[in-house]
Amino acid sequence: MAITQLSAFLANTPGTLYDAVSAITEAGVNIRALSVADTKDFGILRIIVSDIEKTKEALSDTTVISETPVIAVKMSDQAGALRHILDILRESDVNIEYVYAFTGAMQGSAYVVLRVDELKEAEEILNKQGMETLSDGDMTGFLA
Amino acid sequence: MNHYYQPEIETASREEILKIQNEKIVKQVKYVYDHVPYYRNLMDKKGVAPEDIQSVDDIKKLPFLTKDDLREAYPYGLLGTDLKNCVRIHSTSGTTGKRVVAFYTQEDIDMWEECCARAITAAGGTKEDVCQVCYGYGLFTGGFGLHGGSQKVGCLTLPMSSGNTERQIQFMMDMNSTILCCTPSYAAYIGESLAEQGYKPEENKLKAGIFGAEPWTEEMRQSIEKSLGIKAYDIYGLTESSGPGVAFECEEQTGMHINEDHFYAEIIDPDTGEVLPEGEKGELVFTSLDKKGFPLLRYRTKDICILNRGKCSCGRTLVKMTKPLGRSDDMMIIRGVNVFPSQIETVLLKQGYTPNYQIVVDRKNNTDTFDIYVEFSPEMFSDKISEMQNREQDLKAAMRSMLGIGPKIHLVAPKTIQRSEGKAVRVIDKRHLH
Repeated sequence: MAITQLSAFLANTPGTLYDAVSAITEAGVNIRALSVADTKDFGILRIIVSDIEKTKEALSDTTVISETPVIAVKMSDQAGALRHILDILRESDVNIEYVYAFTGAMQGSAYVVLRVDELKEAEEILNKQGMETLSDGDMTGFLA
Repeated sequence: MNHYYQPEIETASREEILKIQNEKIVKQVKYVYDHVPYYRNLMDKKGVAPEDIQSVDDIKKLPFLTKDDLREAYPYGLLGTDLKNCVRIHSTSGTTGKRVVAFYTQEDIDMWEECCARAITAAGGTKEDVCQVCYGYGLFTGGFGLHGGSQKVGCLTLPMSSGNTERQIQFMMDMNSTILCCTPSYAAYIGESLAEQGYKPEENKLKAGIFGAEPWTEEMRQSIEKSLGIKAYDIYGLTESSGPGVAFECEEQTGMHINEDHFYAEIIDPDTGEVLPEGEKGELVFTSLDKKGFPLLRYRTKDICILNRGKCSCGRTLVKMTKPLGRSDDMMIIRGVNVFPSQIETVLLKQGYTPNYQIVVDRKNNTDTFDIYVEFSPEMFSDKISEMQNREQDLKAAMRSMLGIGPKIHLVAPKTIQRSEGKAVRVIDKRHLH
Protein backbone atom coordinates (compact mmCIF):
# COMPACT_ATOMS: atom_id res chain seq x y z
CA MET A 1 0.00 0.00 0.00
CA ALA A 2 1.68 3.13 -1.18
CA ILE A 3 1.43 6.49 0.49
CA THR A 4 0.73 9.81 -1.18
CA GLN A 5 3.41 12.39 -1.51
CA LEU A 6 2.50 15.86 -2.67
CA SER A 7 4.90 17.50 -5.08
CA ALA A 8 4.87 21.25 -5.60
CA PHE A 9 6.77 23.43 -8.05
CA LEU A 10 8.80 26.22 -6.48
CA ALA A 11 10.49 29.05 -8.33
CA ASN A 12 14.10 29.41 -7.29
CA THR A 13 13.64 32.79 -5.63
CA PRO A 14 13.86 33.79 -1.97
CA GLY A 15 10.64 33.23 -0.04
CA THR A 16 8.92 30.63 -2.18
CA LEU A 17 9.51 27.79 0.29
CA TYR A 18 8.39 30.05 3.12
CA ASP A 19 5.21 30.91 1.26
CA ALA A 20 4.40 27.25 0.64
CA VAL A 21 5.09 26.19 4.23
CA SER A 22 3.12 29.17 5.54
CA ALA A 23 0.10 28.20 3.50
CA ILE A 24 0.30 24.63 4.81
CA THR A 25 0.70 25.86 8.39
CA GLU A 26 -2.27 28.19 8.15
CA ALA A 27 -4.37 25.29 6.93
CA GLY A 28 -3.52 23.52 10.18
CA VAL A 29 -1.67 20.71 8.46
CA ASN A 30 1.41 18.99 9.87
CA ILE A 31 4.27 18.12 7.54
CA ARG A 32 5.49 14.61 8.36
CA ALA A 33 8.36 14.47 5.93
CA LEU A 34 9.88 16.93 3.49
CA SER A 35 12.52 17.08 0.82
CA VAL A 36 13.37 19.73 -1.76
CA ALA A 37 15.06 18.92 -5.03
CA ASP A 38 16.58 21.94 -6.67
CA THR A 39 18.02 23.05 -9.99
CA LYS A 40 19.39 26.44 -10.96
CA ASP A 41 15.96 27.57 -12.03
CA PHE A 42 13.41 25.84 -9.88
CA GLY A 43 12.85 23.46 -7.02
CA ILE A 44 10.38 20.68 -6.41
CA LEU A 45 8.98 20.45 -2.90
CA ARG A 46 8.08 16.90 -1.90
CA ILE A 47 6.05 16.49 1.25
CA ILE A 48 4.11 13.91 3.18
CA VAL A 49 1.40 15.57 5.20
CA SER A 50 -1.28 14.83 7.76
CA ASP A 51 -4.06 16.08 5.48
CA ILE A 52 -3.67 15.76 1.72
CA GLU A 53 -6.86 17.55 0.64
CA LYS A 54 -6.32 20.55 2.88
CA THR A 55 -2.74 20.88 1.68
CA LYS A 56 -3.74 20.75 -1.96
CA GLU A 57 -6.30 23.43 -1.37
CA ALA A 58 -3.85 25.58 0.56
CA LEU A 59 -1.20 25.42 -2.18
CA SER A 60 -3.43 25.56 -5.23
CA ASP A 61 -3.40 29.36 -5.34
CA THR A 62 0.34 29.77 -5.33
CA THR A 63 1.74 26.89 -7.31
CA VAL A 64 1.08 23.73 -9.23
CA ILE A 65 0.81 20.57 -7.18
CA SER A 66 0.59 16.88 -7.99
CA GLU A 67 0.09 13.64 -6.10
CA THR A 68 2.82 11.06 -6.38
CA PRO A 69 2.55 7.56 -4.95
CA VAL A 70 5.68 6.60 -3.02
CA ILE A 71 6.69 3.80 -0.68
CA ALA A 72 7.43 4.56 2.96
CA VAL A 73 9.31 1.71 4.60
CA LYS A 74 9.66 1.37 8.34
CA MET A 75 13.15 0.52 9.57
CA SER A 76 15.01 0.53 12.82
CA ASP A 77 16.83 3.77 13.66
CA GLN A 78 20.27 2.27 13.64
CA ALA A 79 23.31 1.92 11.42
CA GLY A 80 22.87 -0.44 8.48
CA ALA A 81 19.07 -0.36 8.36
CA LEU A 82 18.89 1.73 5.16
CA ARG A 83 21.59 -0.33 3.54
CA HIS A 84 19.55 -3.45 4.11
CA ILE A 85 16.54 -1.97 2.30
CA LEU A 86 18.66 -0.71 -0.58
CA ASP A 87 20.28 -4.10 -0.86
CA ILE A 88 16.91 -5.81 -1.28
CA LEU A 89 15.98 -3.37 -4.05
CA ARG A 90 19.33 -3.67 -5.75
CA GLU A 91 19.09 -7.45 -5.79
CA SER A 92 15.72 -7.14 -7.52
CA ASP A 93 16.94 -4.56 -10.01
CA VAL A 94 14.57 -1.83 -8.81
CA ASN A 95 15.66 1.62 -9.92
CA ILE A 96 15.17 4.41 -7.39
CA GLU A 97 14.28 7.82 -8.76
CA TYR A 98 14.83 9.61 -5.45
CA VAL A 99 14.82 8.91 -1.74
CA TYR A 100 14.57 10.73 1.57
CA ALA A 101 14.20 9.61 5.16
CA PHE A 102 12.66 10.74 8.43
CA THR A 103 12.66 9.41 11.97
CA GLY A 104 9.44 8.20 13.50
CA ALA A 105 7.33 9.43 16.38
CA MET A 106 8.40 6.52 18.51
CA GLN A 107 11.99 6.37 19.56
CA GLY A 108 13.98 3.77 17.69
CA SER A 109 12.01 3.85 14.49
CA ALA A 110 12.76 5.58 11.19
CA TYR A 111 11.20 5.65 7.75
CA VAL A 112 12.60 5.87 4.27
CA VAL A 113 10.53 7.26 1.39
CA LEU A 114 11.26 5.71 -2.00
CA ARG A 115 10.15 6.96 -5.39
CA VAL A 116 10.38 4.07 -7.85
CA ASP A 117 8.83 3.41 -11.24
CA GLU A 118 7.53 -0.12 -10.54
CA LEU A 119 5.93 0.81 -7.28
CA LYS A 120 3.68 -2.18 -6.68
CA GLU A 121 6.38 -4.72 -7.45
CA ALA A 122 8.92 -2.97 -5.27
CA GLU A 123 6.55 -2.88 -2.35
CA GLU A 124 5.77 -6.60 -2.71
CA ILE A 125 9.46 -7.40 -2.78
CA LEU A 126 10.05 -5.41 0.40
CA ASN A 127 7.05 -6.96 2.16
CA LYS A 128 8.21 -10.43 1.18
CA GLN A 129 11.50 -9.67 2.88
CA GLY A 130 9.62 -8.77 6.04
CA MET A 131 9.77 -5.01 5.68
CA GLU A 132 6.79 -3.02 6.91
CA THR A 133 5.43 -0.36 4.53
CA LEU A 134 3.02 2.42 5.49
CA SER A 135 -0.32 3.53 4.11
CA ASP A 136 -1.87 6.99 3.92
CA GLY A 137 -3.92 6.11 7.01
CA ASP A 138 -0.74 5.59 8.99
CA MET A 139 0.43 9.10 8.16
CA THR A 140 -2.71 10.80 9.42
CA GLY A 141 -3.06 8.37 12.32
CA PHE A 142 0.26 9.31 13.81
CA LEU A 143 -1.11 12.66 14.82
CA ALA A 144 -4.41 11.55 16.22
CA MET B 1 42.52 64.01 -46.24
CA ASN B 2 39.32 62.67 -47.73
CA HIS B 3 39.12 59.34 -49.48
CA TYR B 4 36.35 58.40 -51.81
CA TYR B 5 35.92 55.24 -53.81
CA GLN B 6 33.77 56.96 -56.45
CA PRO B 7 34.09 60.71 -55.87
CA GLU B 8 32.00 61.54 -58.95
CA ILE B 9 29.02 59.91 -57.20
CA GLU B 10 29.84 60.39 -53.56
CA THR B 11 30.40 64.13 -53.86
CA ALA B 12 27.99 64.78 -56.71
CA SER B 13 25.62 67.71 -56.46
CA ARG B 14 22.01 67.11 -55.47
CA GLU B 15 20.96 67.83 -59.05
CA GLU B 16 23.38 65.26 -60.46
CA ILE B 17 22.16 62.57 -58.06
CA LEU B 18 18.52 63.39 -58.82
CA LYS B 19 19.24 63.15 -62.52
CA ILE B 20 20.74 59.69 -62.06
CA GLN B 21 17.88 58.58 -59.86
CA ASN B 22 15.20 59.94 -62.21
CA GLU B 23 16.70 58.19 -65.19
CA LYS B 24 17.09 54.92 -63.34
CA ILE B 25 13.66 54.80 -61.70
CA VAL B 26 11.79 55.10 -64.98
CA LYS B 27 13.71 52.17 -66.43
CA GLN B 28 13.62 50.14 -63.23
CA VAL B 29 9.85 50.39 -62.74
CA LYS B 30 9.30 49.31 -66.32
CA TYR B 31 11.77 46.45 -65.83
CA VAL B 32 10.02 45.24 -62.67
CA TYR B 33 6.58 45.59 -64.24
CA ASP B 34 7.70 43.47 -67.19
CA HIS B 35 9.63 40.84 -65.21
CA VAL B 36 7.96 40.45 -61.82
CA PRO B 37 4.31 39.38 -62.17
CA TYR B 38 3.82 39.59 -58.40
CA TYR B 39 4.63 43.30 -58.38
CA ARG B 40 2.84 43.93 -61.66
CA ASN B 41 -0.32 42.66 -59.97
CA LEU B 42 0.21 45.02 -57.05
CA MET B 43 0.66 47.93 -59.45
CA ASP B 44 -2.37 46.96 -61.49
CA LYS B 45 -4.44 46.67 -58.35
CA LYS B 46 -3.35 50.13 -57.28
CA GLY B 47 -4.00 51.46 -60.77
CA VAL B 48 -0.42 52.55 -61.39
CA ALA B 49 1.19 52.01 -64.78
CA PRO B 50 4.93 52.21 -65.47
CA GLU B 51 4.26 55.42 -67.50
CA ASP B 52 3.00 57.08 -64.33
CA ILE B 53 6.51 57.03 -62.91
CA GLN B 54 8.48 59.81 -64.54
CA SER B 55 10.77 60.76 -61.68
CA VAL B 56 11.55 59.82 -58.08
CA ASP B 57 8.75 62.18 -57.03
CA ASP B 58 6.35 59.63 -58.49
CA ILE B 59 7.73 56.75 -56.43
CA LYS B 60 5.13 57.51 -53.76
CA LYS B 61 2.47 56.29 -56.19
CA LEU B 62 3.93 52.78 -56.16
CA PRO B 63 2.67 50.04 -53.85
CA PHE B 64 4.78 48.96 -50.89
CA LEU B 65 6.43 45.60 -50.46
CA THR B 66 6.65 44.06 -47.00
CA LYS B 67 8.10 40.94 -45.48
CA ASP B 68 4.63 39.42 -45.85
CA ASP B 69 4.92 39.84 -49.62
CA LEU B 70 8.30 38.15 -49.55
CA ARG B 71 6.77 35.25 -47.65
CA GLU B 72 3.85 34.99 -50.00
CA ALA B 73 6.08 35.13 -53.06
CA TYR B 74 8.67 32.71 -51.63
CA PRO B 75 10.82 31.47 -53.20
CA TYR B 76 10.72 32.74 -56.80
CA GLY B 77 7.80 35.18 -56.87
CA LEU B 78 9.92 38.32 -56.72
CA LEU B 79 12.69 37.07 -58.94
CA GLY B 80 13.42 39.63 -61.64
CA THR B 81 15.20 37.51 -64.22
CA ASP B 82 15.70 33.91 -65.28
CA LEU B 83 17.55 31.81 -62.73
CA LYS B 84 20.17 31.11 -65.38
CA ASN B 85 21.10 34.81 -65.23
CA CYS B 86 21.60 34.63 -61.47
CA VAL B 87 24.92 33.63 -59.96
CA ARG B 88 24.27 33.61 -56.23
CA ILE B 89 21.73 33.29 -53.43
CA HIS B 90 21.90 34.84 -50.00
CA SER B 91 19.42 34.39 -47.20
CA THR B 92 18.51 35.61 -43.76
CA SER B 93 18.62 33.22 -40.84
CA GLY B 94 14.90 32.87 -40.22
CA THR B 95 13.01 29.69 -40.89
CA THR B 96 10.61 29.22 -43.78
CA GLY B 97 8.02 31.91 -43.69
CA LYS B 98 10.26 34.50 -42.14
CA ARG B 99 13.32 33.66 -44.17
CA VAL B 100 14.30 36.00 -46.97
CA VAL B 101 15.98 34.42 -49.98
CA ALA B 102 17.51 36.90 -52.42
CA PHE B 103 18.94 36.26 -55.89
CA TYR B 104 21.87 38.10 -57.46
CA THR B 105 23.05 38.53 -61.00
CA GLN B 106 26.75 39.24 -61.52
CA GLU B 107 25.85 42.93 -62.04
CA ASP B 108 23.95 42.93 -58.74
CA ILE B 109 27.00 41.55 -56.97
CA ASP B 110 29.30 44.10 -58.62
CA MET B 111 27.02 46.93 -57.51
CA TRP B 112 26.81 45.56 -53.98
CA GLU B 113 30.56 45.11 -53.69
CA GLU B 114 31.04 48.63 -54.99
CA CYS B 115 28.82 49.89 -52.17
CA CYS B 116 30.96 47.98 -49.66
CA ALA B 117 34.11 49.36 -51.30
CA ARG B 118 32.79 52.88 -50.68
CA ALA B 119 32.29 51.96 -47.03
CA ILE B 120 35.79 50.56 -46.66
CA THR B 121 37.31 53.59 -48.40
CA ALA B 122 35.31 55.92 -46.14
CA ALA B 123 36.84 54.09 -43.18
CA GLY B 124 40.29 54.91 -44.56
CA GLY B 125 40.86 51.72 -46.53
CA THR B 126 43.27 51.70 -49.46
CA LYS B 127 45.23 49.03 -51.33
CA GLU B 128 47.89 49.35 -48.63
CA ASP B 129 45.51 47.86 -46.06
CA VAL B 130 45.02 44.36 -44.72
CA CYS B 131 41.31 43.80 -44.23
CA GLN B 132 40.24 41.03 -41.89
CA VAL B 133 36.65 39.97 -42.59
CA CYS B 134 35.16 38.03 -39.69
CA TYR B 135 31.54 38.26 -40.62
CA GLY B 136 30.12 34.85 -41.37
CA TYR B 137 30.71 33.59 -44.92
CA GLY B 138 27.78 31.67 -46.25
CA LEU B 139 24.13 32.45 -46.81
CA PHE B 140 24.54 35.47 -44.52
CA THR B 141 25.46 38.55 -46.58
CA GLY B 142 28.06 40.00 -44.20
CA GLY B 143 31.10 37.94 -45.10
CA PHE B 144 30.82 37.93 -48.89
CA GLY B 145 29.73 41.58 -49.08
CA LEU B 146 32.67 43.07 -47.19
CA HIS B 147 35.00 40.52 -48.76
CA GLY B 148 34.04 41.67 -52.25
CA GLY B 149 34.28 45.33 -51.26
CA SER B 150 37.68 44.80 -49.72
CA GLN B 151 39.03 43.20 -52.88
CA LYS B 152 37.53 45.97 -55.03
CA VAL B 153 39.44 48.51 -52.95
CA GLY B 154 42.53 46.36 -53.38
CA CYS B 155 43.06 45.53 -49.72
CA LEU B 156 44.84 42.34 -48.87
CA THR B 157 41.78 40.42 -47.75
CA LEU B 158 41.64 37.86 -44.95
CA PRO B 159 38.47 35.77 -45.37
CA MET B 160 38.35 34.63 -41.75
CA SER B 161 34.58 34.17 -41.35
CA SER B 162 33.21 34.26 -37.80
CA GLY B 163 34.36 32.45 -34.69
CA ASN B 164 37.63 30.84 -33.57
CA THR B 165 38.80 33.96 -31.77
CA GLU B 166 42.24 32.58 -31.05
CA ARG B 167 42.90 32.15 -34.76
CA GLN B 168 41.42 35.59 -35.49
CA ILE B 169 43.90 37.15 -33.08
CA GLN B 170 46.82 35.14 -34.40
CA PHE B 171 46.15 36.25 -37.99
CA MET B 172 45.46 39.79 -36.87
CA MET B 173 48.84 40.04 -35.17
CA ASP B 174 50.89 37.99 -37.65
CA MET B 175 49.42 39.50 -40.82
CA ASN B 176 49.22 43.05 -39.42
CA SER B 177 45.52 43.50 -40.11
CA THR B 178 44.58 47.18 -40.32
CA ILE B 179 40.83 46.97 -40.88
CA LEU B 180 38.42 44.70 -39.03
CA CYS B 181 34.95 43.83 -40.34
CA CYS B 182 32.52 42.01 -38.01
CA THR B 183 29.53 42.54 -35.75
CA PRO B 184 30.11 45.15 -33.03
CA SER B 185 29.62 42.57 -30.30
CA TYR B 186 32.28 40.34 -31.82
CA ALA B 187 34.63 43.33 -32.13
CA ALA B 188 34.14 44.01 -28.43
CA TYR B 189 34.83 40.37 -27.67
CA ILE B 190 38.02 40.40 -29.74
CA GLY B 191 39.08 43.51 -27.82
CA GLU B 192 38.57 41.74 -24.52
CA SER B 193 40.38 38.63 -25.71
CA LEU B 194 43.35 40.72 -26.85
CA ALA B 195 43.54 42.34 -23.41
CA GLU B 196 43.30 38.94 -21.73
CA GLN B 197 46.25 37.76 -23.78
CA GLY B 198 48.21 40.75 -22.53
CA TYR B 199 48.10 42.88 -25.70
CA LYS B 200 47.78 46.63 -25.28
CA PRO B 201 45.52 48.45 -27.81
CA GLU B 202 48.56 50.07 -29.46
CA GLU B 203 50.20 46.72 -30.09
CA ASN B 204 47.86 45.76 -32.92
CA LYS B 205 48.03 47.45 -36.34
CA LEU B 206 44.29 47.99 -36.65
CA LYS B 207 43.17 51.50 -37.54
CA ALA B 208 39.51 51.05 -38.35
CA GLY B 209 36.59 48.68 -37.93
CA ILE B 210 33.41 48.37 -39.97
CA PHE B 211 30.72 46.97 -37.74
CA GLY B 212 27.12 46.16 -38.55
CA ALA B 213 24.37 43.53 -38.74
CA GLU B 214 23.10 44.35 -35.25
CA PRO B 215 22.14 47.45 -33.29
CA TRP B 216 24.81 49.09 -31.19
CA THR B 217 25.10 52.21 -29.12
CA GLU B 218 27.43 55.21 -29.05
CA GLU B 219 28.76 53.93 -25.71
CA MET B 220 29.63 50.63 -27.32
CA ARG B 221 31.42 52.47 -30.10
CA GLN B 222 33.58 54.31 -27.62
CA SER B 223 34.38 51.16 -25.71
CA ILE B 224 35.38 49.27 -28.89
CA GLU B 225 37.46 52.19 -30.14
CA LYS B 226 39.32 52.27 -26.84
CA SER B 227 39.88 48.53 -26.50
CA LEU B 228 41.14 48.07 -30.08
CA GLY B 229 42.72 51.49 -30.58
CA ILE B 230 40.70 52.14 -33.75
CA LYS B 231 37.91 54.23 -35.21
CA ALA B 232 34.70 52.22 -35.38
CA TYR B 233 32.31 52.77 -38.30
CA ASP B 234 28.73 51.67 -38.64
CA ILE B 235 27.39 50.04 -41.79
CA TYR B 236 23.79 49.33 -42.73
CA GLY B 237 22.10 46.97 -45.09
CA LEU B 238 19.64 44.16 -45.39
CA THR B 239 19.44 41.02 -47.46
CA GLU B 240 16.30 42.34 -49.15
CA SER B 241 18.28 45.20 -50.65
CA SER B 242 21.55 43.25 -51.23
CA GLY B 243 23.38 43.24 -47.88
CA PRO B 244 25.68 45.53 -45.94
CA GLY B 245 26.72 48.69 -47.74
CA VAL B 246 23.33 50.21 -48.49
CA ALA B 247 24.57 52.95 -46.16
CA PHE B 248 27.91 53.54 -44.46
CA GLU B 249 29.57 55.88 -42.04
CA CYS B 250 32.31 58.38 -42.83
CA GLU B 251 34.90 59.85 -40.48
CA GLU B 252 32.35 62.30 -39.06
CA GLN B 253 30.56 59.31 -37.47
CA THR B 254 27.22 61.10 -37.30
CA GLY B 255 25.07 58.84 -39.42
CA MET B 256 25.37 56.67 -42.49
CA HIS B 257 25.53 57.95 -46.07
CA ILE B 258 23.03 56.11 -48.23
CA ASN B 259 24.27 55.02 -51.64
CA GLU B 260 21.55 57.01 -53.31
CA ASP B 261 22.60 56.25 -56.85
CA HIS B 262 21.57 52.63 -56.21
CA PHE B 263 18.95 52.91 -53.47
CA TYR B 264 16.24 55.50 -53.18
CA ALA B 265 15.25 56.11 -49.56
CA GLU B 266 11.95 57.38 -48.20
CA ILE B 267 10.73 57.91 -44.67
CA ILE B 268 7.07 57.08 -44.16
CA ASP B 269 4.56 57.17 -41.36
CA PRO B 270 4.39 53.47 -40.44
CA ASP B 271 0.67 53.70 -39.67
CA THR B 272 -0.61 55.62 -42.69
CA GLY B 273 2.11 54.89 -45.24
CA GLU B 274 2.33 58.64 -46.03
CA VAL B 275 5.75 59.92 -47.03
CA LEU B 276 7.07 62.23 -44.31
CA PRO B 277 8.97 65.45 -44.92
CA GLU B 278 12.75 65.32 -44.71
CA GLY B 279 14.09 65.36 -41.16
CA GLU B 280 11.11 63.58 -39.64
CA LYS B 281 11.33 60.28 -37.84
CA GLY B 282 9.61 57.35 -39.49
CA GLU B 283 9.98 54.00 -41.20
CA LEU B 284 12.72 53.64 -43.77
CA VAL B 285 11.60 52.44 -47.22
CA PHE B 286 14.05 51.46 -49.94
CA THR B 287 13.65 51.25 -53.67
CA SER B 288 16.42 49.46 -55.49
CA LEU B 289 17.28 51.43 -58.62
CA ASP B 290 19.53 48.86 -60.31
CA LYS B 291 19.00 45.36 -59.09
CA LYS B 292 17.93 42.78 -61.61
CA GLY B 293 17.88 39.49 -59.70
CA PHE B 294 15.76 40.59 -56.76
CA PRO B 295 14.56 44.09 -57.62
CA LEU B 296 12.44 45.32 -54.73
CA LEU B 297 10.54 48.57 -55.09
CA ARG B 298 9.38 50.46 -51.99
CA TYR B 299 10.41 47.78 -49.55
CA ARG B 300 9.41 48.59 -45.98
CA THR B 301 12.42 47.90 -43.77
CA LYS B 302 10.48 48.40 -40.48
CA ASP B 303 13.53 50.27 -39.23
CA ILE B 304 12.68 53.63 -37.74
CA CYS B 305 15.15 56.39 -38.52
CA ILE B 306 15.65 59.97 -39.68
CA LEU B 307 17.21 61.18 -42.94
CA ASN B 308 19.44 64.22 -42.88
CA ARG B 309 20.69 66.23 -45.85
CA GLY B 310 22.88 68.56 -43.83
CA LYS B 311 26.37 69.26 -45.15
CA CYS B 312 28.85 66.62 -44.05
CA SER B 313 32.44 67.51 -43.21
CA CYS B 314 33.64 64.48 -45.19
CA GLY B 315 32.54 66.15 -48.41
CA ARG B 316 30.05 63.47 -49.34
CA THR B 317 26.72 64.75 -50.51
CA LEU B 318 24.85 61.47 -50.13
CA VAL B 319 21.95 61.72 -47.68
CA LYS B 320 22.62 60.39 -44.19
CA MET B 321 20.40 58.12 -42.14
CA THR B 322 20.59 57.85 -38.37
CA LYS B 323 21.28 54.49 -36.77
CA PRO B 324 17.92 52.69 -36.59
CA LEU B 325 16.12 54.23 -33.60
CA GLY B 326 13.72 51.35 -33.22
CA ARG B 327 11.44 49.05 -35.18
CA SER B 328 7.91 49.50 -36.38
CA ASP B 329 7.35 45.79 -35.83
CA ASP B 330 8.36 43.56 -32.95
CA MET B 331 11.44 42.03 -34.57
CA MET B 332 14.45 41.70 -32.29
CA ILE B 333 18.03 41.22 -33.42
CA ILE B 334 19.71 38.81 -31.03
CA ARG B 335 23.31 37.86 -31.66
CA GLY B 336 22.84 39.09 -35.21
CA VAL B 337 19.82 36.86 -35.81
CA ASN B 338 16.34 38.24 -36.53
CA VAL B 339 13.81 36.92 -34.05
CA PHE B 340 10.07 37.53 -33.99
CA PRO B 341 7.95 36.79 -30.89
CA SER B 342 5.42 35.12 -33.20
CA GLN B 343 8.00 32.44 -34.05
CA ILE B 344 8.46 31.72 -30.37
CA GLU B 345 4.72 31.52 -29.87
CA THR B 346 4.42 29.05 -32.74
CA VAL B 347 6.97 26.72 -31.15
CA LEU B 348 5.32 26.92 -27.73
CA LEU B 349 1.88 26.07 -29.06
CA LYS B 350 3.24 23.23 -31.17
CA GLN B 351 4.92 21.78 -28.09
CA GLY B 352 1.71 21.96 -26.08
CA TYR B 353 2.50 25.03 -24.01
CA THR B 354 0.23 27.98 -23.39
CA PRO B 355 1.07 31.28 -25.08
CA ASN B 356 2.01 32.71 -21.69
CA TYR B 357 5.66 33.55 -21.96
CA GLN B 358 8.13 36.34 -21.60
CA ILE B 359 11.31 36.99 -23.56
CA VAL B 360 14.18 38.71 -21.78
CA VAL B 361 17.09 39.97 -23.85
CA ASP B 362 20.14 41.53 -22.26
CA ARG B 363 23.77 42.07 -23.13
CA LYS B 364 26.43 40.77 -20.79
CA ASN B 365 30.13 40.91 -21.58
CA ASN B 366 29.18 42.20 -25.02
CA THR B 367 27.18 39.10 -25.86
CA ASP B 368 23.42 39.04 -26.08
CA THR B 369 21.67 36.86 -23.56
CA PHE B 370 18.35 35.36 -24.60
CA ASP B 371 16.00 33.91 -22.00
CA ILE B 372 12.44 32.72 -22.39
CA TYR B 373 10.21 32.22 -19.36
CA VAL B 374 7.47 29.77 -20.16
CA GLU B 375 4.49 28.71 -18.11
CA PHE B 376 3.98 24.96 -18.17
CA SER B 377 0.50 23.55 -17.77
CA PRO B 378 -0.45 21.60 -14.60
CA GLU B 379 -0.48 18.30 -16.56
CA MET B 380 3.14 18.83 -17.52
CA PHE B 381 4.32 19.04 -13.95
CA SER B 382 6.35 16.13 -12.70
CA ASP B 383 7.89 15.42 -9.32
CA LYS B 384 10.96 14.18 -11.20
CA ILE B 385 13.62 16.82 -11.78
CA SER B 386 14.93 14.94 -14.82
CA GLU B 387 11.55 15.09 -16.54
CA MET B 388 11.25 18.83 -16.02
CA GLN B 389 14.78 19.39 -17.24
CA ASN B 390 14.15 17.27 -20.32
CA ARG B 391 11.17 19.46 -21.06
CA GLU B 392 13.42 22.52 -20.95
CA GLN B 393 15.97 20.84 -23.20
CA ASP B 394 13.35 19.73 -25.73
CA LEU B 395 11.88 23.19 -25.88
CA LYS B 396 15.30 24.74 -26.31
CA ALA B 397 16.06 22.39 -29.21
CA ALA B 398 12.73 23.21 -30.88
CA MET B 399 13.44 26.94 -30.47
CA ARG B 400 16.91 26.55 -31.91
CA SER B 401 15.61 24.75 -34.92
CA MET B 402 12.98 27.46 -35.53
CA LEU B 403 15.07 30.55 -34.76
CA GLY B 404 18.62 29.56 -35.56
CA ILE B 405 19.77 30.44 -32.05
CA GLY B 406 19.07 28.63 -28.78
CA PRO B 407 17.49 30.57 -25.94
CA LYS B 408 17.76 29.59 -22.29
CA ILE B 409 14.41 28.17 -21.29
CA HIS B 410 13.00 28.73 -17.81
CA LEU B 411 9.87 26.81 -16.95
CA VAL B 412 7.69 28.67 -14.49
CA ALA B 413 4.50 27.67 -12.68
CA PRO B 414 1.13 28.29 -14.32
CA LYS B 415 -0.31 31.77 -13.79
CA THR B 416 2.97 33.28 -12.62
CA ILE B 417 3.79 35.40 -15.65
CA GLN B 418 2.24 38.77 -15.07
CA ARG B 419 -0.93 39.35 -17.03
CA SER B 420 -1.43 42.85 -18.22
CA GLU B 421 -4.82 44.35 -18.94
CA GLY B 422 -3.90 45.67 -22.32
CA LYS B 423 -1.23 44.35 -24.62
CA ALA B 424 0.85 41.62 -23.02
CA VAL B 425 4.46 42.55 -22.34
CA ARG B 426 6.12 39.75 -24.26
CA VAL B 427 9.57 41.20 -24.64
CA ILE B 428 11.81 42.85 -22.11
CA ASP B 429 14.88 44.17 -23.89
CA LYS B 430 17.35 45.41 -21.31
CA ARG B 431 20.03 46.28 -23.88
CA HIS B 432 18.76 49.87 -24.40
CA LEU B 433 20.03 49.86 -27.94
CA HIS B 434 17.89 52.67 -29.25
